[in-house]
Amino acid sequence: MVLGIYPGCSLKGSSREYTESVLAVAKAFDIEIKEILDWNCCGATAAHNLSKELALALPARILALAENQGLDEIVVPCAACYSRLSGTQHELNQHPELKSKVVEAIGMEYKGTVGILNIVQMIDKYITPNIESKIVKPFDHKLACYYGCLLVRPKEVLKFDREEDPQSMDTLMSKLGAKPIDWAFKTECCGAGLTMSRTKTVARLSGEIVKDAADRGAEAIIVACPMCHSNLDMRRKEINEYNDQKINIPVLYTTQAIGLAIGLDRESLGLQRHFVKVEI
Amino acid sequence: MSRIGVFVCHCGENISATVNCQKVAETASGYEGVVHSVDYKYMCSDPGQTLIKQAIKDKNLTGVVVAACSPRMHEPTFRKACNEGGLNPFMCEMANLREHCSWVHDKGDLTTEKAIDVVRTQVEKVKRNQPLTDIKVPVTKTALVIGGGIAGIQTSLDIANCGHKVILIEKDPSIGGHMSQLSETFPTLDCSQCILTPRMVEVAQHPNITLYTYAELESLDGFIGNFTAKIRKKAKSIDEKLCTGCGLCTTKCPTKKIPSEFNEGLGFRPAVYVPFPQAVPNIPVIDRINCTYYIKGKCKVCEKVCPTKAIVFDQEDEIIEVAVGAIVVATGFGIKQPDFFPEYGYGKYPDVITGMQFERLASASGPTFGEIKRPSDGQVPKKIVFIACAGSRDEAKGIPYCSKICCMYTAKHAMLYQHKVHGGESTVFYMDIRAAGKNYEEFVRRAIEEDTVKYVRGRVSRVYEKNGKLIVKGVDTLLGAMPVEIEADMVVLATAGVANPGAEELAQKLHISYDGYKFFAESHPKLKPIETNTGGIMVAGACQSIRDIPESVSMASGAAVKVACLFSQNELTREPLIAVVNRCAAPLYSTCVGCFLCQSACPYQAIEREEIKDRSGKLIKSIAKVNPGLCQGCGTCVAFCRSRSIDIQGYTHDQVYNEVMALLNEY
Repeated sequence: MVLGIYPGCSLKGSSREYTESVLAVAKAFDIEIKEILDWNCCGATAAHNLSKELALALPARILALAENQGLDEIVVPCAACYSRLSGTQHELNQHPELKSKVVEAIGMEYKGTVGILNIVQMIDKYITPNIESKIVKPFDHKLACYYGCLLVRPKEVLKFDREEDPQSMDTLMSKLGAKPIDWAFKTECCGAGLTMSRTKTVARLSGEIVKDAADRGAEAIIVACPMCHSNLDMRRKEINEYNDQKINIPVLYTTQAIGLAIGLDRESLGLQRHFVKVEI
Repeated sequence: MSRIGVFVCHCGENISATVNCQKVAETASGYEGVVHSVDYKYMCSDPGQTLIKQAIKDKNLTGVVVAACSPRMHEPTFRKACNEGGLNPFMCEMANLREHCSWVHDKGDLTTEKAIDVVRTQVEKVKRNQPLTDIKVPVTKTALVIGGGIAGIQTSLDIANCGHKVILIEKDPSIGGHMSQLSETFPTLDCSQCILTPRMVEVAQHPNITLYTYAELESLDGFIGNFTAKIRKKAKSIDEKLCTGCGLCTTKCPTKKIPSEFNEGLGFRPAVYVPFPQAVPNIPVIDRINCTYYIKGKCKVCEKVCPTKAIVFDQEDEIIEVAVGAIVVATGFGIKQPDFFPEYGYGKYPDVITGMQFERLASASGPTFGEIKRPSDGQVPKKIVFIACAGSRDEAKGIPYCSKICCMYTAKHAMLYQHKVHGGESTVFYMDIRAAGKNYEEFVRRAIEEDTVKYVRGRVSRVYEKNGKLIVKGVDTLLGAMPVEIEADMVVLATAGVANPGAEELAQKLHISYDGYKFFAESHPKLKPIETNTGGIMVAGACQSIRDIPESVSMASGAAVKVACLFSQNELTREPLIAVVNRCAAPLYSTCVGCFLCQSACPYQAIEREEIKDRSGKLIKSIAKVNPGLCQGCGTCVAFCRSRSIDIQGYTHDQVYNEVMALLNEY
């Protein structure tokens, strides 16, 4: 089967290992991943602060490209990109007048029918049904599943999981043989884009998250968003300074955890690229 | 020959601001059959009505059209005026120029033209009106009260004390409702049970009240003054006549660990149980879902120990039919349940409880005998946090309204905690304090000032457990949105009050309306807050919107007055706008061919079979006949009748056809 992918900026840069692990896991489950050609920025947090139409037109162009390239379903591993793309599809389906405006702006045919999956939905749909037979090394660790802000929000659009106490990643990790812990910071803010401009704030916010996970005995934190990953992983030095404590539990993408459980090569999952050494 | 009078009202400026009333009157004066046409500033005023009465006399009018507001507003006024002028009241029609024309259109020629059209339809209709007389129906002077909480109890007692019979039904094994679960009541801190139980006993002993507990309304037919209610008496598995209420069965029942509904799951009850010691009636019921005998077919311990042989395992639900003249719905409210507050950990952490659970902890008859102990380990909480507006005023939770009672009971809870746990520390997170009521604000101030309860204005974002403590993360908006974190031993949520789970179904059975939140709808938000839109059915207490005890009791007494007013008459007058099957001379007798399609179509079982016989008693023809007492004038039979033999009086085929033609024909 063929699944389109919209990588977005992070997956081509700071979180290359996320792309690598998605592709490696997809390959192991015979899913052909086709990158949308000529894709553009999703608009991230910048576009909708400037202009509503721009914020809709950018993701609409991506979705139109996917349609024109014959893709019925795409996976969007970055939680922020996913939120922008699915939010746009929802809004344009609700408001035909906006849709015609946006279609005119992008100069392309747009139907709004492409299926959009985030990483957890993609795994749920195509990987978990066949996973049991493939597990060679159960991922028998205590894990803190961290959802962040965008993966399950807004509820009206995504209709996916419980927004205040999500469970989908926990269920997924249990299937790998892991023991997800009950903790308090599943959906707390990591500091997101302030990582450059106000690093201290990020150190504090992410620091609380990492500390709670460590205090409750987590051996790793599992994420599904490149922004969360970079804050919890890349900013670990600042986090440890804030906490005045050396915490070295690694931060893994869901796909990396799956890859380890089904015995994929560590390098193909990009584990060596993390700032906090992955020793599980 | 018709002699019609047209009276166009300005309604101050309500109509005349957009409609040229003078032109409407002038145009109408030119219609065939119209002999009098005038406009006037306030037609409903005394001089306005006199204009109509005088014209009827002077011009010998046979019909009147008042072009004014909606008939819902003033039809009774003008019909009465016509009657006083010597005309049959049903020879008066209203053309709605206000709601249907002037209020919804801008000023202009088209608006005036529409007003003229509306008047013309009614002129054509009224030419074909027939004089009608009101229908008199008897009143059954027995009231049905649904729900045995404080509202149902109060309304039952008031109606019964007026000398009328009352049938009170309650779905639970005992009356008492939520009030029986409360510890103390605001703003006086008097014990809830102490003031309630005497009234419960009074209900049970009142000669005019028949009490059915463990019973629900099955169906309802009929109309104001003449309802027939079917009541399902759920099988208690106990012979109520034999049971003495000794309680032996409840103490010997081997299944003891069923979460008690009365104690909100904080205590246990056996499978055969009385909900609480002061229950009325003091007769147990067997909970068949949890009883070992009904599950496994073995046990029967209760049967063995019962000294009066009152246990009846094969008892079945009983349906009884009662005739009642009025109904008071007092089914109360529900409380939002777990899974609703994942961010507060309700359902996950045993020490995060609802306000109602706190009532049980604080109650002398509760699982801890009134000591505040946390459910997880029975320790007395040193620090407690109360979260007001848990769900209420929160559009994201689907409850934009204020639950109204929470500010007061939260203040009471914090106060009771401070009284019972010396040296304890209580904090209330609130949005606003809404303490509008007699001595209410003073009560809250007392909690803050005398009982040193800390009030923090701000919302709580999350509650989670760490090292055996509940961490409450909130914000203090009076300190510039400063984050606040409290390590608490127990958290109490002032959960939103919602409609009862079965409210929608009950409303449909009763044919009463309900709002978007499934609370029962009153007839008018200000002037008819107790009546529903269905005649003879009243609402009282929190089933209409969240209410506290004094409000519920006042409303219940109000409903009782409405019932007593109804019962003060021996006959009720109903509008004669009902269906009739035509009759004519022999040998046809009626155009009705006796297919009785109408009988199956009628939702009110109002169509009967009439046999026309000759003098020797031989059957000539069977035709349909409408029972005027049951007919509601809905017109379904009219639409079904294949031979056009049925007409609604006041809205005959001829009248409606000519109304429509008045719009279609050129004038």
